[in-house]
Amino acid sequence: MQDNLQRSSYEQLEQKSKYTNMFLRWFLYFVLILFASYFIFPLYVMVVTSLKTMEEIRQGTLLTWPSSLNFDSWLVAWGGRGYGAGDTFLRPYFWNSIKMVVPAVFFSTFIGAMTGYVLTKWRFKGDQWVFLFLLFGCFIPFQAILLPMARTLGALGISNSVVGLVLVHTVYGIPFTTLFFRNYYVSVPTELVKAARIDGAGFFKIFFKILLPISAPIIVVTVIWQFTQIWNDFLFGSTFSFGEAAPIQVALNNMVLSSTSVKEYNVDMASAIIAGIPTLIVYVLAGKYFIRGLTSGAVKG
Amino acid sequence: MFKWLEKNLPKIVMAPAVGLIGWFVYGFVLWTLYISFTNSKILPKYELWGFGQYEKLWASRKWLISVDNLLVFTALFLIFCIVIGIILAIFLDQKIRAEGVLRTIYLYPMALSFIVTGTAWKWILNPSLGLQKMFIDWGFENFTFDWLVNREMAIYTIVIAGVWQSAGFVMALFLAGLRSVEDEIVKAAKIDGAGLFTVYWKILLPMMRPVFFTSFVILVHISIKSYDLIVALTQGGPGISTTMPALFMTQAAFHKSQVGLSAASAMMMFMAVAAVIIPYLYSELRRENAR
Repeated sequence: MQDNLQRSSYEQLEQKSKYTNMFLRWFLYFVLILFASYFIFPLYVMVVTSLKTMEEIRQGTLLTWPSSLNFDSWLVAWGGRGYGAGDTFLRPYFWNSIKMVVPAVFFSTFIGAMTGYVLTKWRFKGDQWVFLFLLFGCFIPFQAILLPMARTLGALGISNSVVGLVLVHTVYGIPFTTLFFRNYYVSVPTELVKAARIDGAGFFKIFFKILLPISAPIIVVTVIWQFTQIWNDFLFGSTFSFGEAAPIQVALNNMVLSSTSVKEYNVDMASAIIAGIPTLIVYVLAGKYFIRGLTSGAVKG
Repeated sequence: MFKWLEKNLPKIVMAPAVGLIGWFVYGFVLWTLYISFTNSKILPKYELWGFGQYEKLWASRKWLISVDNLLVFTALFLIFCIVIGIILAIFLDQKIRAEGVLRTIYLYPMALSFIVTGTAWKWILNPSLGLQKMFIDWGFENFTFDWLVNREMAIYTIVIAGVWQSAGFVMALFLAGLRSVEDEIVKAAKIDGAGLFTVYWKILLPMMRPVFFTSFVILVHISIKSYDLIVALTQGGPGISTTMPALFMTQAAFHKSQVGLSAASAMMMFMAVAAVIIPYLYSELRRENAR
């Protein structure tokens, strides 16, 4: 009797903890999904709005599904309406951004790889200080260099040009790319390099034959990081370029802010999606590397 | 000659990086510092003028509003990003189904530019057709949500959009931190009878001190530099109610021909960042050397 009682109360207890566990579980998923909807909400609204007509936008709410899949505003955002002057659309600026991103990513990654290689495998007295010297460049507020940069670009005759922006993004990308490669090469055993040196391999041979073949992951991380940073930049783009040389983020901002005639929110949203899609695609395809860049760029410092 | 070249090749290869950063970062910052001590208007002048620009800066109502906004924004941005980031990281750490999908959703805003984010939130928050209308159409007839055009409240719309963009990042940092803790520690605590809440509150979160520190530094850094988001969302308005130092600096430099004043504001930003970053770099370096 006594024994039975004890057992049943124990079972009750276990039962109860099962219920609280289940309740906790549900609560957990509820909170996670709640936040997921907060994060997904703006993307959803952007996509739906871009597919509606202005009439539908005025009648429905943010969440209403469009009556038909109407890509007109996407076409307008990308290629304009074709009435000439005053017709702004994203296509030329999208290409400006591509022309700016590709060389800037290439140069900054290459320089970063070389510098990271020297700092870890050809160490010299004071190399720690050189690293720190470069690293500080990751953190300066760019406002402190805008004025002299504008004058320098003017003096070089490349202000308001894609070439100028390539230079700017290459230079200010170097601290990050160096950081990435340096932290990666630090974990490559130096014995490998020493052995190759004894065998008579030179500076470049060691880099291309030993380090480069194992660098694929860090190259991916660096390229994705630089691509995202440069594609999304607005400060440099808006300060050092205007009109036809502007990159896409600047063009998007001008399009949205231009207060001619009636606001067309559907075209605005389509434009925003077009400006955001390249980095989103990269994120979805290579999220792992994107996150690695974010966290190692931040944590490792 | 050839020997010399071979011996110094590593340094020659490293020279472009050091030279470029030396010139374009350190040289430029020094130039800006110098200009901040001159009475430059449209064009830089090189005669020294003392601390006049800094006096003008701290007497400017617009600058004081900028600093005030920055403090409010930074405080709220920090609190919300860290609290949401930690909650999401801890919850995701409970062997959740579809963790990968959820993580992707929480972090995707980091892949977008602040201009894209700002454009989207501006549309959502606009009083005539956005959230306000949605709630009115749902039957909440007196619902008002006009923060975007309300002087007092507009700064909070920037917080909403900023947190939306960066909270996932803090989540990623903490999740990585939690995952790097040895399972044995948690198991041992559980055997000793500690509940899940105690395990996190008393053991794991205190172990995350470095992650807190990192998040703090990164977030403060983002907030001091915030520029794009404000341009896209409010342009500093209504009036000058949401202006911030970065916006103040570019406006003074490129729209108002106050080169000296803008240099002074840039140096104030520089010092604010340095005050946060230098201790951080110092501690990171010490940790690395201790290894």
